[in-house]
Amino acid sequence: MAEISSPSRSILSLLSVHIHIGQHHILQGVTFDVEAGRSTVLLGRNGAGKSSTLRAIIGLNPVTSGVIKFSGETIQGLKPFEISRLGIGFTPEDQGVFYSLTVEENFRLSLFEETEQTRRNLETVFELFPDLKKFWRTKAGLLSGGQKQMLGIARAFVNDHKVLLIDEPSKGLAPILVEHLGHSLNKIKDKTTVVLVEQNFYLASQVGVDYFIFDNGRVVHKGQMKDLVDDQALKKKYLGIG
Amino acid sequence: MRKSIIWICAIGILFIPLIWIKLTPYLVLTTAGLAFGMFLFMVASGMTIIFGLMDILNLAHGALFAIGAYLGGYQILNLLNTLGWVETGSVGLSTISLLLAITMGAGGGAMVGLLLERVILRRVYGDHLKQIMITIGVLYVITELIKILWRPTAEPVLVPLAFQGSFDIFDVIVGKFRVVAIVIGLVLFVGMQLVLRKTRLGLIIRAGVENREMVQVAGYNISRIFTAVFTAGAALAGIGGTMWCIFQQQVTPEIGLDNQIFALIVVIIGGMGSVTGSFLGAIIVGLSFNYVAFLWPKLALGINILIMATILLIRPRGLMGRE
Repeated sequence: MAEISSPSRSILSLLSVHIHIGQHHILQGVTFDVEAGRSTVLLGRNGAGKSSTLRAIIGLNPVTSGVIKFSGETIQGLKPFEISRLGIGFTPEDQGVFYSLTVEENFRLSLFEETEQTRRNLETVFELFPDLKKFWRTKAGLLSGGQKQMLGIARAFVNDHKVLLIDEPSKGLAPILVEHLGHSLNKIKDKTTVVLVEQNFYLASQVGVDYFIFDNGRVVHKGQMKDLVDDQALKKKYLGIG
Repeated sequence: MRKSIIWICAIGILFIPLIWIKLTPYLVLTTAGLAFGMFLFMVASGMTIIFGLMDILNLAHGALFAIGAYLGGYQILNLLNTLGWVETGSVGLSTISLLLAITMGAGGGAMVGLLLERVILRRVYGDHLKQIMITIGVLYVITELIKILWRPTAEPVLVPLAFQGSFDIFDVIVGKFRVVAIVIGLVLFVGMQLVLRKTRLGLIIRAGVENREMVQVAGYNISRIFTAVFTAGAALAGIGGTMWCIFQQQVTPEIGLDNQIFALIVVIIGGMGSVTGSFLGAIIVGLSFNYVAFLWPKLALGINILIMATILLIRPRGLMGRE
């Protein structure tokens, strides 16, 4: 088995991770490294295995084989709540917001313990998403699509996680909202390491520093986002754009 | 606006039986129906939360009810009676006897519930068909065990002295124990609402009913919460059983089987997962059962199935169920 080169700054690393869901071999040996403080985007076509990878990291998809390390600790096989308490936040594709709870209750549920840092994070959230303060006591189900998305991300962010996994936040959002989201994610990535799954290349290029391209359950290409932006051939081959 | 019209209609329906029933028997039937509704609520509320949060269809809930009846209502009251606390003695002793019976019923239900969840149900999470098969099996096994541990025939259950007889309010005869049942039912309902609305556990339960996965991702050990909720639901069934057999003044091994069907109807009418829904459902079933039993006794059980079918046709998710 190839030994993964682990730079000292690596905060999250996957080594040859396989996942089976039913009869399907979803991830077929995913290997990549996320460096602390460098926001990373997972790219690729639908069904390439990006979302499954995020769910595997947080413990929602059981790993068949391979190793997932977070801050040097092996985490595959742990329960989602244990992984979350180690310091990984997760916002799923459908935001995972609790519709029957108010915005405040959504935050209260997510805030595992209140510290000085989480209070500061909440202030940041209110600066980035003033709507959430405005609708503090409104049921989350009544928010607009964009507001729900913001709540989903903000809720994961307040907890002072070391890594934030965000799955396709731009899905279903109007272009103007995607722009705003990019701006907000850029603020968030200054405070925590963001791992983003994104189909919207514009948003991905705004937020990402490093990228990994997925195809058929494997990482087929990696590099820095600034180089990918101009690489038309690569974009066309794996992402169908450019 | 629309809500208030619905409420006015709902309260209006309550008075329809007055067309056929005179006021005095109507009031007697209404209190009897409310009391019956409270017993049903005690069983159904546990079932509905267990279904909503854990997605477990527990048809052995009736068995927990039966255990509450035998341990709390039958065993403890007989024991305390040897001390002269139940059929004789002061109001205070009657009250203490009832509270001890309820505590024992709740404890018995909770203990068996804990075992049931840990040993059996844990293996069938996520598979409704297996849950139905195994919990129906458990219901029958516990019913048979009760026949061995106690007796296969109906046994009389004592009513603490202070709660025997009735109040006579302007010719309206209201059984004292019915009033006790209504009070205890309301206290449990308000208590559950407070836990659900005001505590962190309640917040986690409400969130979990909606999305279990995200509760885990937020850092909560859902498996421990499942066990706690299941045990609490089992304790409520135990309380229901204790109260029911005192009300009936007898207990039979089939007490669980008989009440399971009512509880299921209540849960379905109210909407799976909603405590308020099962509270309303229990009152509807309790009242309509009593009115119809008075007017057309043979239709009494049928009316609840009819109400359930009507509600499901109009609102497939039940009164308060989520989409």
